[in-house]
Amino acid sequence: MGIALDLAGFRRTRWTSFLARFVYGGVVTALAGVLGHRFGAAIGGLFLAFPALLPASLTLVKQQDGRAKAADDAAGATCGAVGLVAFAAVVWLGAPRTGVAVALPLAALAWLLVSVVGWKLLDVYKSR
Amino acid sequence: MIGELALRFVLGGVIVAIFSTVGELFKPKTFAGIFGAAPSVALATLTMVALRRGPREVARQTHAMLFGAVAMIVYSAALSIIVRRYHLPAWLEASLVWTLWLAVAALLWLGWLRR
Repeated sequence: MGIALDLAGFRRTRWTSFLARFVYGGVVTALAGVLGHRFGAAIGGLFLAFPALLPASLTLVKQQDGRAKAADDAAGATCGAVGLVAFAAVVWLGAPRTGVAVALPLAALAWLLVSVVGWKLLDVYKSR
Repeated sequence: MIGELALRFVLGGVIVAIFSTVGELFKPKTFAGIFGAAPSVALATLTMVALRRGPREVARQTHAMLFGAVAMIVYSAALSIIVRRYHLPAWLEASLVWTLWLAVAALLWLGWLRR
């Protein structure tokens, strides 16, 4: 199965859900900062990978597209989480060496590449 | 402190909204789901950490983030199975599996500390 643009699905997305994601994401980011400030680097760092956004995303998908699509969305998030490991590893190793301005974009790219490869492997497995 | 929180809120909100919206553009849903685990909060937070405390603190936080990210793999995989098989509200399913994330993340981190 190939990747395609879902413009119809995108057009179904209401501006209120964009606003909700902005607010939700802002709150989660602010809380992550508070956790790091209050409890130190380890706790703050752990919670950088806390799945705070996935429940909201799944709820929206389930409402718009149904349960099976929500399950597919979560399966895709698994691939994204593998990419998240790559992201963290690149920043952990790269930030002290190359600086954060280089490490963060490289890490974002690593996330994307690893996630897409993971998704493709999942796609091949599912279509067997 | 309030100013920094406000900046985190805006920066985090914008990055999360962008990643989420980009995810909406694609199909199939398995591919769009990748963006549900995008490092959007991490990008915003680590940018702020870098500006205030420098690259070593960023490295410390992302070292711990490794354990959280492994726990998120377990979380997402479990959620995919639960959502497919059981008929609970999606938000409840995801919230229940949060305890799984907490348990895995804590075990991994404590295991690392005790090595």
